[in-house]
Amino acid sequence: MKNAFLAFYLALKEVLRNRGRFLLVSLVIALITLLVLFIAALGEGLANGNRQYVANLDADLIVFLEKSDYIISSSRLDTNSARSIRRVDGVADAGPIYTSTTEIVSLDEPLKVSLLGAEPGRPGMPPLIEGREFRSGQAREVVIDRNVALRSNIRIGDEIIIRSTQGVEDEFYTLEVVGMVDGQSYFFQPTIFVPPATWEQVRPQSEADLNSDTPYPNIIAVKLTDPNQIDVMQERLVASVKNIEVADIPTTINNIPGYSAQQGTVQTQGFFTLLIGVMVIGGFFQIQILQKVPQIGVLKAIGSSNGVVGWSAVIQIIVVTAFGVAVGGGLTYFFSLFLPSTIPFVFDGVRSIAAVILLLLIGPLGGMVSIIYAVRIEPLKALRLG
Amino acid sequence: MTIALEVKNLVKSFMLDGATINAVDNVSFQVKSGEFVALVGPSGSGKTTMLSILAALLSPTSGQVFIDGQDLSQMNEKRRVKLRREKIGFTFQSNNLIPFLTAQENVEFMLRLNGQANKAGRVRSAEILARLGLNDRLHNLPAQLSGGQQQRVAIARALIHNPAVVLADEPTASLDTERAYQVVETFAKLVHENNRAGIMVTHDLRMCQYVDRVLQMQDGKLVRVYETKDEIMELAMGTVKH
Repeated sequence: MKNAFLAFYLALKEVLRNRGRFLLVSLVIALITLLVLFIAALGEGLANGNRQYVANLDADLIVFLEKSDYIISSSRLDTNSARSIRRVDGVADAGPIYTSTTEIVSLDEPLKVSLLGAEPGRPGMPPLIEGREFRSGQAREVVIDRNVALRSNIRIGDEIIIRSTQGVEDEFYTLEVVGMVDGQSYFFQPTIFVPPATWEQVRPQSEADLNSDTPYPNIIAVKLTDPNQIDVMQERLVASVKNIEVADIPTTINNIPGYSAQQGTVQTQGFFTLLIGVMVIGGFFQIQILQKVPQIGVLKAIGSSNGVVGWSAVIQIIVVTAFGVAVGGGLTYFFSLFLPSTIPFVFDGVRSIAAVILLLLIGPLGGMVSIIYAVRIEPLKALRLG
Repeated sequence: MTIALEVKNLVKSFMLDGATINAVDNVSFQVKSGEFVALVGPSGSGKTTMLSILAALLSPTSGQVFIDGQDLSQMNEKRRVKLRREKIGFTFQSNNLIPFLTAQENVEFMLRLNGQANKAGRVRSAEILARLGLNDRLHNLPAQLSGGQQQRVAIARALIHNPAVVLADEPTASLDTERAYQVVETFAKLVHENNRAGIMVTHDLRMCQYVDRVLQMQDGKLVRVYETKDEIMELAMGTVKH
């Protein structure tokens, strides 16, 4: 305990009496933090934009067409699939999901959105934060993601016009906004939800598809009575319903086209930024320790233990790193306030928290060599007595 | 007077280009509490190696060193660190002080190391610094002090925790003559007053006028001991051929 107090005493006195030098090191850590957090927040934002709807589904399993490789856009299921799945023992509910894209053109700037069909009250339809569910059937009603509202000022009760290319013609449909959901981006676009029958009518489609009024779901979101039975239920569903394959939510997310490659790229960037950070910080602390060799020699010669010298260095590194990370975090938040909403930037995500934890570790990690060096300094050599 | 430091048949050998060099060669002596001793000799005579062994910073090849009755040669590194902290006071040629602690904090640091930092210790550190003429420099950092002032702070630090032995390695090396005399005179006074055993390595024989005994080393051996006041004064005044 005495050693700990001494280490604190030495570390804090040195930091306070050499504020300028330590502030500079903290500033470098702050800049590295800014860079790492920006990459992490952009990665989180990109990931969210791609997976948010699927990740937030109130479901345990996703059913795909067999051999679709768990790719949502490659899957097109039979209309009766949802009913068949609901009859399987252990399934609490199942909701078909229909995916497409469209463009809201009744705005100053057209806004591209994901057009999703879902059944109210079933898995696949997110909970409302405002307004009411759309009616089923061919109601020309739409529930919008809050992100759409933020980008366009559309409100509940407004009418929007969407444009869909059907065959070789552009068709325009007017839909009334009746409700709002939150955090439902899919495929980098905010989403709008319509009833399945409406979806079939208003979605972009080829000439051949125009002859049919039957909506075919891309996937079916399945909620289980016991979410712990995912593996058993996956097998049971495949055995009970023909021509399907079943995946859990993480597998579904990883198979969203481009998701893994994009996240891999972002994570690699983040990893190398952290690695460079570790080396830069390590270099700084090593230079500092080299400058302090005689001082450490005196400390050891007059009876300071290795513990006092080592812990003092560790505490200094932690204080300087924590301050740098706090400043960097603050700067990141400040700059994020000025980013346009079109840039996918999520600063409060898990990835940012993980990045902050890693950043707090890079100081001690980078300073490890210098700490070991400090502990191994021989007072005799440091004081040039030998 | 009790024996604070005893050196018995001390040998320190180094290997140099395949040959064994005895930097300290079978040296024996004692220093009593309240006695101030100078260790002199030309460069390479082994006096700094001797001081390093006495400071528990270097292990001897053979022989024994007793500080306050404790045998250094029987100690592991942890006990040697404890001994340095509790029983030894040390001043060096330069880089003596912790640069980010004030003069008083530097002195108090020895008390902190020994778990004795309290209000009484704070008063004592101020008193000892005042005695050394630094009462208006208590809160100055080492960089704000002259070389002589820094040495005086180092002396205060070496004595504040009442060690058995106080060691000084060329304490006047970076000082002008006037300052050097002042520093050594004060050092001698404090050693005597506090009844400590003081050993000063110096190449400046003039400083010997303040000590009680002079140990002269050459080629690692203790070649002569000056014990009478006359002998010492002759050596200090440069009238002795050594």
